[in-house]
Amino acid sequence: MTDQKVIEVEQLVKKFGAFVANDNLTFDVYKGEIFGFLGANGAGKTTAIRILCGLSRPTFGKVLVAGIDAARNPEGIKKRIGYMSQRFSLYEDLTVTENIELYGGIYGMKMKEIRTRTAGLLKRLAFEQYGNTLIRSLPLGLRQKLAFAVAVFHDPDIVFLDEPTSGVDPITRRQFWEMIWETAARGITVFVTTHYMDEAEYCDRVTIMNEGKIVALDTPAALRANYGTASIEELFVKITRPKTAAV
Amino acid sequence: MKRFMAFVRKEFLHIFRDYRTLIILFGLPAMQILIFGYAVRTDLTNAGIAVLDNAHDEVSAEIIGKLEASEFFEIKFHLASYDAIDAAFKQGKIKEVVIFPENFGASLTREGNATVSIIADGSEPNTASLVTGYTTAILNDYSSTLTRQVTSALPVINPEVKMYFNPNLESHFMFVPGVITLILILVSALMTSVTIVREKEFGTMEVLLVSPLKPWQIIIGKVAPYFFLSLVNVIVILLMAWFVFGLPVRGSVALLIAECMLYILLGLAIGILVSSSVDKMENAIFISFLTLMLPSLLLSGFIFPIENMPKIYDYVSMILPPRWFVEIIRTVMIKGGGLAVIWKETLILALMTLFFIALSAKKFKVRLGEGTK
Repeated sequence: MTDQKVIEVEQLVKKFGAFVANDNLTFDVYKGEIFGFLGANGAGKTTAIRILCGLSRPTFGKVLVAGIDAARNPEGIKKRIGYMSQRFSLYEDLTVTENIELYGGIYGMKMKEIRTRTAGLLKRLAFEQYGNTLIRSLPLGLRQKLAFAVAVFHDPDIVFLDEPTSGVDPITRRQFWEMIWETAARGITVFVTTHYMDEAEYCDRVTIMNEGKIVALDTPAALRANYGTASIEELFVKITRPKTAAV
Repeated sequence: MKRFMAFVRKEFLHIFRDYRTLIILFGLPAMQILIFGYAVRTDLTNAGIAVLDNAHDEVSAEIIGKLEASEFFEIKFHLASYDAIDAAFKQGKIKEVVIFPENFGASLTREGNATVSIIADGSEPNTASLVTGYTTAILNDYSSTLTRQVTSALPVINPEVKMYFNPNLESHFMFVPGVITLILILVSALMTSVTIVREKEFGTMEVLLVSPLKPWQIIIGKVAPYFFLSLVNVIVILLMAWFVFGLPVRGSVALLIAECMLYILLGLAIGILVSSSVDKMENAIFISFLTLMLPSLLLSGFIFPIENMPKIYDYVSMILPPRWFVEIIRTVMIKGGGLAVIWKETLILALMTLFFIALSAKKFKVRLGEGTK
């Protein structure tokens, strides 16, 4: 983790008609950082991620992703990021290699480069024997790991992981997080949303959103200390519950 | 472009890896051509006919004798007057009535030509065209033997064919245009809508949208292979029609292919529109089937002649692309007509295509934009 900012968000507001989905968000994310983005359903997480990924434009505010303005050049952002969704994102009727080649091709990589990197990747994941296996016949855990590897295959500046570990067994989750750490160590920023509060503890910094606003942003240790809670889970409940109950 | 090609390649992989898709793509047209083709009887034996002989002369008697003697016909009734025709047809035992006018023989030998009226039961278009065809052949055969006897002139018998029940007889090769229409709608509209919705349902669309591929590249990339395969399909159907059933394209093949491309484009536009309106594959299939397949089958004039329907169906069918396309194919393929004859239908299809492309482009944009969370 360095001091170099890869995401700069200043006073981001996103409105849908009268509804304010993102209310004045301000935060920075640094190169190589693992940035946790938490919040209950409907807190505005997805809206913010869509803007950061160039899928949606901010109503007000400054959003720079990899130095590119999200309001002016969302297409430019798309070339610099990777994305993996909670829903499984590889093609089941294609083989492991074909999937990798597809995404490599979509991100404009040369075939030769794709081939060499694929070999390296399969070796690193100990996947060599699966190169020509259809995704359909791989166990879920392997698929999820592969999906992540594919999301960072083109060496993006940032990879967005939207609840990547939903429905995955604890062992695979653990292995998955090891991959995340390795990726961050390579200098790729990891922007991750999750519903597992234990995973929040693995992040360098954690943001908690509630009703469109950022209500907490710090390292897990600092957050626990400031709020006097034993875990992020406890903290999350403490921060988000009172307001939801009041509605 | 390279990104785009990588994407198109993947789409082909999807298609060729799924044997069900392949069966629908290539098995179905072949099967339909064979079923429809062989369901059409091409031989004729002992078809019941009636004769109304107003001439009562030597020539008419001779022709009637020839009809009777042929293995194709069996004369069931000798009718006494025109009034008896209706009853004869309604009994259902005869396929046609052959009518000789008064002074038939005299005008044939003196003036060198005479007219025989043939009225066929048009409720069975295929049989009707066969029966009239054979009758005409026998008449021609007879008049050619006369030529040798009477040297002064060339006597000609003009068969005047009319259809009872179904005055605008549909050609018995109507099924080929019908199958093309059906298959193209099936492949272009139904299969593309399903394949796009599948990306949404499996969550891969999200990943594609976040990628540097532009939305139009995603859509074009998804439908391009189907455009190509649909064309291959048209060619396969045409070749089968030609080699298996001896039905060549009478008009311009280039024009026919161009019209098919237009129709495929229209189908793809509809498919994209359907896919942008639904999120589940079943719904895509259901909507495509209900709005495209059934009308193509029932209201295009493919199976049931539109002329025989209540007027309201005629108007309804006007807003359906298949009706115009069937007309185009029939004209080019069977009647050998050119663009001069079908420019109106072509224009209508082109306008429909533009309309659907515009509509689906707009709808797609709205959905991608700010509408969802």
